[in-house]
Amino acid sequence: MTQSDNNRSSQPTIGQVLDERGVSRRRFMKFCTAMASLMAMPPMMTSALAQNLRQARRPSVIYMPFQECTGCLESLTRSFSPSIENLLFDTISLDYNHTLFAAAGTAAEAARHEAMEANWGEYILIVDGSIPQGAGGVYGTSAGESFVDQLRHAADGAAAILCVGTCASFGGIPYANPNPTGAVPVSEIIHDRPIINVSGCPPIPAVMTGTIVHYLTTGGVPDLDKYGRPSVFYGQSIHDRCYRRRFYDEGKFAKSFDDEGARNGWCLYELGCRGPTTYNACATVKWNEGTSFPIESGHGCIGCSEPNFWDQGGFYEPVTSKLFEDRGQIGGAAAAGVALGAASAYAASRRKKKRSETAGEEESS
Amino acid sequence: MSSETVVVDPVTRIEGHLRIEAETENGQITQALSSGTMVRGLEIILKDRDPRDAWAFAQRICGVCTLVHGIASVRAVENALSYEIPANAQLIRNLMIGAQFVHDHVMHFYHLHALDWVDVVSALDADPVGTSELAQSISDYRRSSPGHFRDVQRRVRELVESGQLGIFAKGYWGHPGYKLPAEANLMAVAHYLDALEWQREVAKLHTIFGGKNPHPNFLVGGAPVGISVNEGAGGGGATAVNRGGLEKVREIIGKMQQFVDQVYVPDTLAIASFYKDWFKPGHGEGIGNFMCYGDFPEDGTDDVSKLLVPRGVILDRDLSQIHPMDLDAEDEIQEFVSHSWYNYSAGKDAGLHPYAGETELAYDGPEPPFDHLDPASTYSWLKAPRWRGKAMEVGPLARVLMLYASGHEQTRDLAGMALGKLDLPIEAMFSTMGRVAARTLETKIFADMMPTWFDNLMGNINSGDVSTFNDRLWEPGSWPKQARGVGFMEAPRGALAHWVVIENEKIANYQAVVPSTWNASPRDPEGQSGPYEASLKGHSLHDAEQPLEILRTIHSFDPCLACAVHVQDSESEDLVKVNIT
Repeated sequence: MTQSDNNRSSQPTIGQVLDERGVSRRRFMKFCTAMASLMAMPPMMTSALAQNLRQARRPSVIYMPFQECTGCLESLTRSFSPSIENLLFDTISLDYNHTLFAAAGTAAEAARHEAMEANWGEYILIVDGSIPQGAGGVYGTSAGESFVDQLRHAADGAAAILCVGTCASFGGIPYANPNPTGAVPVSEIIHDRPIINVSGCPPIPAVMTGTIVHYLTTGGVPDLDKYGRPSVFYGQSIHDRCYRRRFYDEGKFAKSFDDEGARNGWCLYELGCRGPTTYNACATVKWNEGTSFPIESGHGCIGCSEPNFWDQGGFYEPVTSKLFEDRGQIGGAAAAGVALGAASAYAASRRKKKRSETAGEEESS
Repeated sequence: MSSETVVVDPVTRIEGHLRIEAETENGQITQALSSGTMVRGLEIILKDRDPRDAWAFAQRICGVCTLVHGIASVRAVENALSYEIPANAQLIRNLMIGAQFVHDHVMHFYHLHALDWVDVVSALDADPVGTSELAQSISDYRRSSPGHFRDVQRRVRELVESGQLGIFAKGYWGHPGYKLPAEANLMAVAHYLDALEWQREVAKLHTIFGGKNPHPNFLVGGAPVGISVNEGAGGGGATAVNRGGLEKVREIIGKMQQFVDQVYVPDTLAIASFYKDWFKPGHGEGIGNFMCYGDFPEDGTDDVSKLLVPRGVILDRDLSQIHPMDLDAEDEIQEFVSHSWYNYSAGKDAGLHPYAGETELAYDGPEPPFDHLDPASTYSWLKAPRWRGKAMEVGPLARVLMLYASGHEQTRDLAGMALGKLDLPIEAMFSTMGRVAARTLETKIFADMMPTWFDNLMGNINSGDVSTFNDRLWEPGSWPKQARGVGFMEAPRGALAHWVVIENEKIANYQAVVPSTWNASPRDPEGQSGPYEASLKGHSLHDAEQPLEILRTIHSFDPCLACAVHVQDSESEDLVKVNIT
């Protein structure tokens, strides 16, 4: 079996495949409704979505890994709806992915290049990881080529680029101070292609698949925030949607990871939670089919979907009001709520400080 | 005599960026070169950070074995500070590590390794009724009806006929090295898909205790999650670890055991029975030295005698003797850079213990794009770790041999069962397929331990002990001015340790020596190869254009290259020197 035929017109549409596989219209519409709702589309979009999905041929996707840890791809495999199997078999043609590809070396490179040529100008490029520009690109090579050169070439033929993870989106951990390898995000190298940043370390699976499906169904880049992220997923702070928000507003804070407040689900602000300055869907979509999310499992948000989150102080220091203001995104009633909460949090942290100073003398338990 | 250098770059179906070059004479590998081709310099990034934050940075070394560097990191800091953690936190960590093993090994077998042994296209020729009979003859697994296999076959056929083969494009289908009957190939393809579905479910154990997977959260001093079994101010279930969450953990453990018993173990034995050649010498036996740091403490990690997986070293395949090893001894674990793109102040041939390690990125390889690397020169971003000067294999085979040699009863029984079914002696384990089998056997051992850890956790909770965190040393002001410690564990890919030096509440030095650095290491100053390089020697390649044999042996180690190009010390100056040849 070779990759003989990339003739797009002979390929069945997703609708045909679903019909052949006996997927009922009802089940399919249910999937589309769930997707539309996840992406906060108006109800009438459901049928448009269904129509587009059924007609689309499996578009070519080239997934390139650079300075990465494979956590993003692992996260993608945790997607429930659509599942990775459905993506691979029914929705996209994943014409290159390092982690899952059967062939290796020369054959894998040939498959990637052939798919790129056959779909030149039309494929979606997914980039995972930052790109080291230092020392002429020697800090990252594959097939003997530097990552920088590989990215430039792959981007040339891409219709759009999806940066999965904070490394590809904003530089991520390799970019953290002092950035020893000259790592940069995709947007610092590629300027002439639409770029969608799907940040997170890793991103939420449904946010990745939701963005992919949105692009495929509408053929366009979704509404993006100032960091190039789909507003529908990154439009609200974790804090504003957190199930513990009311405790913040009431000034009830866990003081330690294992006190009564922690067990009662009180706000983790004083333990360093960055929910107030972090924009992502963790508090609404949650993780692993809605099982939990970091705050629900007792650890503050570390802010992993934000640029430079590695360099914004310790993960256990309360976020300062300065960071709130810097965002410039909290307005109106939300801002008032934050101001109120922040005031009580500040008072609480003063109390804590005072207490720990006293405790220091008494040798606390 | 025809000589040829076979290059495999990228090695796919692994974590990270690995390049293999194999020199062949008449199709047989005479020597091999293993190169890690990506570096991030996390060591330098960790310097001067809060040691309590280090786990989050270290965890991003790898998102596949997503938990291991987080655990090694919190253990290193706790060891440095003599910081004890509550029993419940230890049990939660054991459960999370156990879940990582089961999840990771199953995914490795089906999604990273199976396609070296399973011909996907051949599955199209299978009779689904025959596949069903085969499946039912080896297991009680419920998804074994002819209809199920017919559906899977149709799905694969549609993909092939669409002409868009995706991840299966240009695979080595039809290579004579594939030995499974069509029916067995179809069964394995079905289980490839089932395992994708299963892993999504069982990853939820990490989500309950750690908030998400990949990259769940950890905490120096315990576990971050409060146990919320009583009706709290936030209502029942104020945290994810409530009655419902704990019941879910119990269910997940059941699903893990079931899949391992009904699918993973029988599939491994069935597939291995068609590849008995790969249990023989000349098929990936490697270096013959094995090392474990040990893991799964009954209480804390300080008492090495109470570990489920024992610590020790086996030399020259001699299972009659386990040599003791010491992570702190300066003449035991050392790292060398004679063939790596780093410099040491004491010169290229020096060996340094992790506490005294140095970092100086010093690339002097060819300018990209390049065709070849030079085994006589420097050729990798990996250092070469050695134990008392010897190369060591770490990982599932090392652990199973260590458990076997130390007389662990279940290991002896399982090894006896597996080798008995295959009619092979214990020496057959020193091979590519031995490594595959060892991974499966240890998965069963760890999966079977999980109910005990869970019951112990529930026992504590039900008797009123819900403590998960010790706040005694949380505030950095309570720490000594200087402290250093080592956090060790057994990661799915092998022995892992992080060494940390803390000065004035900050990280002064951080060093990790990780499993794939041991296994994928380049040559040392004595010219000794690491396990990958050694294990490839002697392989005969049927077709250099389709290096299936190389992939089989390299994948049997489960490479994790982002890990291998590891976190190093940050004590020395952050020199970056590049001299492109």
